[in-house]
Amino acid sequence: MTSPSVVPVPAPPPNDELELLLRLGDDRLVLGHRLSEWCGHAPILEEDIALANVALDLLGQATLFLRRAGEVEGKGRDEDALAYFREAVEFRNCLLVEQPNGDFGFTIARQFLFDVHAVVTLDALSRSTSAEIAALAAKSLKEAKYHVRHSGEWMLMLGDGTDESHRRVQRALDELWRFTPELFVADGVAARLAVQGIAPDLPALHAKWETIVRDVVGRATLTLPHESMHSPHLRGGRSGMHSEHLGHMLAELQIVARSHPGAKW
Amino acid sequence: MSDRPDATTPVGEQAAAIAPDGQWPVWEVFTQSAQGAPHEHAGSLHATDAEHALQNARDVYARRGEVISLWVVPSAAITASSPGDAGPFFDPGADKAYRHPQFYKVPRGVRGL
Amino acid sequence: MSQARTQPQDDPAKVAAFEARIAAGESIEPKDWMPERYRRQLIRMMSQHAHSEIVGMLPEGNWITRAPSLRRKISLIAKVQDEAGHGLYIYCGTETLGVDRAELVQQLLDGTAKYSSIFNYPTLSWADMGVIGWFVDGAAIVNQTVLAKASYGPYARAMIRICKEENFHKRQGYEIVAVLANGTPAQKAMIQDAVNRWWWPSLMMFGPSDADSPNTAELIRWKVKRRTNDELRQRFVNLTVPQAAAVNLTLPDPELRYDADTENWHFGPIDWDEFNQVIRGNGPCNRERLEARRRAHDEGAWVREAASAYAAKQRAKQASEAA
Repeated sequence: MTSPSVVPVPAPPPNDELELLLRLGDDRLVLGHRLSEWCGHAPILEEDIALANVALDLLGQATLFLRRAGEVEGKGRDEDALAYFREAVEFRNCLLVEQPNGDFGFTIARQFLFDVHAVVTLDALSRSTSAEIAALAAKSLKEAKYHVRHSGEWMLMLGDGTDESHRRVQRALDELWRFTPELFVADGVAARLAVQGIAPDLPALHAKWETIVRDVVGRATLTLPHESMHSPHLRGGRSGMHSEHLGHMLAELQIVARSHPGAKW
Repeated sequence: MSDRPDATTPVGEQAAAIAPDGQWPVWEVFTQSAQGAPHEHAGSLHATDAEHALQNARDVYARRGEVISLWVVPSAAITASSPGDAGPFFDPGADKAYRHPQFYKVPRGVRGL
Repeated sequence: MSQARTQPQDDPAKVAAFEARIAAGESIEPKDWMPERYRRQLIRMMSQHAHSEIVGMLPEGNWITRAPSLRRKISLIAKVQDEAGHGLYIYCGTETLGVDRAELVQQLLDGTAKYSSIFNYPTLSWADMGVIGWFVDGAAIVNQTVLAKASYGPYARAMIRICKEENFHKRQGYEIVAVLANGTPAQKAMIQDAVNRWWWPSLMMFGPSDADSPNTAELIRWKVKRRTNDELRQRFVNLTVPQAAAVNLTLPDPELRYDADTENWHFGPIDWDEFNQVIRGNGPCNRERLEARRRAHDEGAWVREAASAYAAKQRAKQASEAA
């Protein structure tokens, strides 16, 4: 124990790049996991296969981002250690992706809002001053562009389909809208990364995102929810303040790995 | 939908109209595996329109990455020869040896023919 | 396809010509003339096969969310997704015989169509994912390799594509098995337990013994089937016994021994009563499996309708713009 008179050692500088990689990785791990819950239960065979493709892409991206996060962290943790042996409060995903699947309309609306976010952020990240992040983002961007084509097409089909589908997907959009501001909040990490050119200025991307979302929502004959449906306090995902849903999801995801510590699979 | 295809709606889209039972129409999928290779029949699937068929074809028949181009065609738009035609259609071609290079004799030692 | 429906009498001359084509090794294509009974047998076999792929997604899908590493999770999703794809290919092949997929799916959901008995057993531990890949896909590959030479062109072509894609299924299963068999004591116990539970149901996958398989002779003459159930079962046992030994796992059959005369592994009697109970709907998970399929179908109805309605609106819009 050091005596109080000794000058305290300054805290190490926050590892912003690690935080960024965890955010990117956790978004994709959680959403990929959610989508994989559809496997075998989708509305039609063709769509079962399509959803699984998106899930596989996202989990593949999560693997790469989390692996890199482990390297940057330098404590010998690999992607599985990060996915299977962190607590909910240590996860850095946004709240949007952890929301349970709901009906197909809810899943598609959640996916569409995320996919557009993924395309605009990955596009910007592919020009990151960090070569590793730029390379990972460029690879993921190709997949994200297809994802938004898939979820965007479904927004049109459901929005401008039957009265029932319109009602369901509009309700989903209204329900999910409150989670969208979080996607573009510039906290300390994001602000410092933007200054260094490692990550884009998130608030600046918000408008770009909303333009694309507004266009598809309009063509789908849906109504963009009013700003008053935003919940400004729902922005804790990046610092570990999640909804209660995440803990249950992780309990399932981690059960086998945690039941056999040290085992190989 | 009228019986006569109009000039602007592609024939394919006409052929792919939703069946009365609500089942999505069947599309045939053709995949190209390399630059310059022909498109080959891969299989079929159900989809509501051309864009939807293309996306489904991508997810169902191109998920292993061995495809560089896709065609989708409503099954109903395909006209096929019938087995009864097989004789009159194809046999006459079989004995036209003059369509094959081996039919022609060339003086010994001449190259490049 | 109601078995009770009277079968129209086929022209004997046409049947003879058809059988001559089969004997000459020709493949039969959708628009070719075929005996009504050949068509019906094919629809029965192919749709059962397709249903098995679709119901087969459920026992493995049960562990996707709990797979113990990202690599395993991704492989398992890809495998279950392939099963959807394979069901889709075979349904499409069946549709060339003049029956709608919607009609076939309805037969599955209302319980009048059969599917492979194996998928009515529960998946109780992660080790089951290994054993299903090893046994169940192994058995399916034995089956499908010969079906790739079936006389009906669309079926054979679907099988060729499926066999090519399924190459990785059995290997991913056996890899899981081998890792667990060389793992911690708990993992070893887990994998041996899974082997014990899945071995006999896997042998039943090949269907009743030849003595009780009334359709076999005709199906073989028409090259819809190319080998009998018992021949395929024996081939599977012969392949699997050494694979079990290689990872020090025991197959739960005290009668298992090598017969040097026949060069086959002799195995003990199969509990056909259990098989018949499972086929009749009394297996451990029959109700759950069908219930899951029905729920997906019913809850997806509004989505399928929406997509149809959207396409119809787009067509109407194009038509009115053109007018």
